[in-house]
Amino acid sequence: MWLWLSRLSVCFGLLVAHPAMAQDPGAPIQMLLQEQGEVIAKSSRRTIGPAIDALANSGFAEAQTVLERWQDKAMWVNEETGLFVFAEEIDRDTIRIFDPADGSEIGVVPDDDYKQLKPNSGIRGMIAAALVQFQLGDPDATVRATALDAIERDPEPAHLMALRAAGEETDPALLVRKARLERLLTIRFGASEDARIEAIQSFAGDLGVDVRAALNPLVNTSLRVAEAAPEDAARVLAPGSEALPKDQAYDLLVSEALAPPPLAPDAKRQALIDNSDGSAVAGIAVASLDTEAARDLAYAALVEQGLAEPAATGLEIETALERFVFFEIYTGAPVAVALAAQEALDAIEAKVALNQAADLALDAISLASIYFLAAIGLAITFGVMGVINMAHGEFIMMGAYTGFVVQQVVPDYTLSIILAIPIAFAVTFAAGVAMERLVIRWLYHRPLETLLATFGVSIALQQIAKNIFGTQARPLTSPGWLDGSLVFNDIVSISYIRIAIFVLAILFLLLFLFVMNRTRLGLEVRAVTQNPRMAASMGINPDKINMLTFGLGSGIAGIAGVAIGLYAKVTSEMGADYIVQSFMTVVVGGVGNIWGTLLGATLVGTLQKGIEWLNPSNTLAAQTYMILFIILFIQVRPRGIIALKGRAADA
Amino acid sequence: MTDAALTMPRRAFIQRHPAVLVFLACLALFTLAVTLLAEGTGTGVISTSFVKTLGKTLCLCLVALAMDLVWGYCGILSLGHMAFFGLGGYAIGMWLMYARTEIIVAESLAQAPLPPTPDEIRDGIATQIFGVVGASEFPPIWALAHSLPLQLAAVVLVPGLLALVFGWLAFRSRVTGVYLSILTQAMTLALALYLFQNDSGLRGNNGLSGLQNLPGLGDVPQSTVSMWFFWASAVALGAGFLLCTWIVSGKFGSVIRAIRDDETRVRFLGYPVEAYKLVIFTVTAVIAGIAGALYYPQAGIINPAEIAPIASIYLAVWVAIGGRGRLYGAVIGAAFVSLLSTWFTGGQAPDIPLGFYTIKWVDWWTVLLGFSFVGVTLFAPKGIGGLFDWIADKRSPDRHGADLGPDQGALREQEAER
Repeated sequence: MWLWLSRLSVCFGLLVAHPAMAQDPGAPIQMLLQEQGEVIAKSSRRTIGPAIDALANSGFAEAQTVLERWQDKAMWVNEETGLFVFAEEIDRDTIRIFDPADGSEIGVVPDDDYKQLKPNSGIRGMIAAALVQFQLGDPDATVRATALDAIERDPEPAHLMALRAAGEETDPALLVRKARLERLLTIRFGASEDARIEAIQSFAGDLGVDVRAALNPLVNTSLRVAEAAPEDAARVLAPGSEALPKDQAYDLLVSEALAPPPLAPDAKRQALIDNSDGSAVAGIAVASLDTEAARDLAYAALVEQGLAEPAATGLEIETALERFVFFEIYTGAPVAVALAAQEALDAIEAKVALNQAADLALDAISLASIYFLAAIGLAITFGVMGVINMAHGEFIMMGAYTGFVVQQVVPDYTLSIILAIPIAFAVTFAAGVAMERLVIRWLYHRPLETLLATFGVSIALQQIAKNIFGTQARPLTSPGWLDGSLVFNDIVSISYIRIAIFVLAILFLLLFLFVMNRTRLGLEVRAVTQNPRMAASMGINPDKINMLTFGLGSGIAGIAGVAIGLYAKVTSEMGADYIVQSFMTVVVGGVGNIWGTLLGATLVGTLQKGIEWLNPSNTLAAQTYMILFIILFIQVRPRGIIALKGRAADA
Repeated sequence: MTDAALTMPRRAFIQRHPAVLVFLACLALFTLAVTLLAEGTGTGVISTSFVKTLGKTLCLCLVALAMDLVWGYCGILSLGHMAFFGLGGYAIGMWLMYARTEIIVAESLAQAPLPPTPDEIRDGIATQIFGVVGASEFPPIWALAHSLPLQLAAVVLVPGLLALVFGWLAFRSRVTGVYLSILTQAMTLALALYLFQNDSGLRGNNGLSGLQNLPGLGDVPQSTVSMWFFWASAVALGAGFLLCTWIVSGKFGSVIRAIRDDETRVRFLGYPVEAYKLVIFTVTAVIAGIAGALYYPQAGIINPAEIAPIASIYLAVWVAIGGRGRLYGAVIGAAFVSLLSTWFTGGQAPDIPLGFYTIKWVDWWTVLLGFSFVGVTLFAPKGIGGLFDWIADKRSPDRHGADLGPDQGALREQEAER
């Protein structure tokens, strides 16, 4: 008080010296600031709390402005008088100062006497939290939203009061948020157990991450040991079980000083070395100490001679473990609240699992559509024509690189994708026709040699792509409207690219069905496949049909390449990554039937995702097990899920 | 076969197969020449690293023999034999790595004030070997790694058993032709992907390394060790050639060739086709395993990339270029293509400047190989071996009609009607 009075007198003196500075040191807010002056000037995160609280709870109307200015680093302090002012910098040396009490301008002064308060980010956060109660009543909805954000980020007990005290919320979205936040804070800081339990129960089955974040600390437990477990123990653990290995249990006993420490191998070794005279330890030759049993004997001899501490033996450890009970107690909250939280968490967990299954199903469908896209071209060349084309994967790669080149020329992503699809089709169609004319035509009915020759083409194409585009992955950027994902809730979501690939797969399925069943080309393809000689005698040119069919299958591979390139990186090896899975898809589904391919893709995709889910850390293992499963599946259904029957099956 | 041939008394094996004698003579001459010119045993014209390359090539010839037996003679286009080759390498590599690390660990622990216990030695070895994949305990599959005889047995048994189980499953469900090829490729891919994992117990993509150092023989220079392996490879190749010739020469050989040409007909004649195929598949897998066990100590390192499907495809390429359906063809193909490949990819081949672009063979060799492979398949299905027929003026019968079997060797429609 004396200090304050003395300051007051100094400040009167100054007022006389500077008549322009008409600042009222007796204003209530200024007096409050003076009271907390030292703490504010010290500006330490650990000690500032009471000052902020005093301001926030003062009930003065100006408190909000003071806190805001302080937060904005617009509050200065006169180093001589200790009076606080608001200030704005005019230039490097002069500032314009205002009275915190009423905001009136005091004047323009040089900044030599004044020191700017620079609260660090930690203090600013605390000020922001304190400001919340003012902001919640602010007429501007965005300010109220900011206040809710601040509470979510760093909730405090005081916020609960502020939330309850704040006036009627008019904005419906904010109203929902506010109510939810109020209940979340009740869970944490609620006054009575009943209120907290009620708030917990109101969140039953809620999938929000914030709910789990609020509930999880409540069910924290800590491991204790005693002669008998108390009534309110969360659970009793048996030493030697998976949750509590014996070592850990005994360590706890040792740390509670309930049992002597066991003899660690390192300690034993060290004791033996310390007492060794170079050739013998306690009369036992060092050279003979090459087994644990011999070392135990030597250590026992040391103990007998009083050269080493006796240590707990295995039997002693067992007895000690049996004598005590190990249990966990709730440390996060009173037992009733913790139990309610546990119950709510269990319910949420069950629902989370259900939603994860849904998410997994979406993932599986999208993977299946990628496999289907990669395999649909094969379904034509291999399934319908019976030509095995090992360079199919390289056609996919070719399509993806075509997309990449188009994007280099056409910078607009939407336009370039729209252009890339027909261009990729044209490029791979031409490549397919060329390959059919030059290679495959000579090898019909010699499938093994077709396989080898197309392998040769595949090796060459891969290396050519590597020589042209280099080994690093090239990006194929998707247009902006394909960014982001469709979010159902915190767990279930799917990216738009995957949806686009799914839609593309459906489109291709329809296109395939239309071409095969409704067009002249499809009719002729089916005729040539069934009996080329008969078809030829009906005026169909089998050579031309084979060429076109092969081109069609290759062209579709090119389009699939663009789609896959959007989702994965474009490298010269991307085709090789898909070729085995694609063949598996066709073979598992059943050769010669597009529905079989669809089923095959679904099976392969679901399986891979399922195995990944069982062992999430390891996608390589997932692929391994999937291939093993397919090998076994072919044992059961050698001709695939949908097997052709009758004459066509032998063709 | 004419009636005269049937009534003739059986001649000696060598008499019936003069090619064996020629082949063994060539191999012996080659081995002698290399021995005389090598650094370790002769004048030193051939460097140790080239001796290793030649030794490795002999091992590749051996696995190519196996491939020819299973594909050229039995018609099973297996794209998985390099997996068996790799498994053989892993089996021997485990012992080499374990035994050598054991010596190193024992030496370092001998400096300690107390003699090490067996557990300490074992832990030390495990930390040395698996530190690179963040583990310090032996996975169960290393249980036998301390014993050379057991790991040598594994060289034969692991590929053999895998081939037996896989072949039994595949042949039993009548998976043939390209389906079988894709299935074997899938098996190879699955194995490679499995080995790529760090927790597969075989050091993930680091593979096993330092295999060129024989445990306990640290004083023997590499120039000598390389000769030992070269000789062992030559002996193995000679023995393999004899074995394969013996297999394909008798009645058994006739049956497997018949299976290649028309499997269904052989089955209807009452032969257990599946059993024949299974025997061939398993025996060749074992040969491949042995070849791998000789190859990788010379290469010094093995990792899962060696097992990737592309390796088995190259094996098929060698055999096709050499000429399948004749054993010497496979050997010639493997030696020719793999040595040429080493020459081109080793940067020794001169670049070709075209003015606007320089053809670097390191980049373009694979392209050339791919296209020449297509060319061989289309225009010279007999491969390099066909040259011998041409020199000997041995024409193949003029065959007409559509193919009946899976490849060029198969019967044609008009022949079948006769």
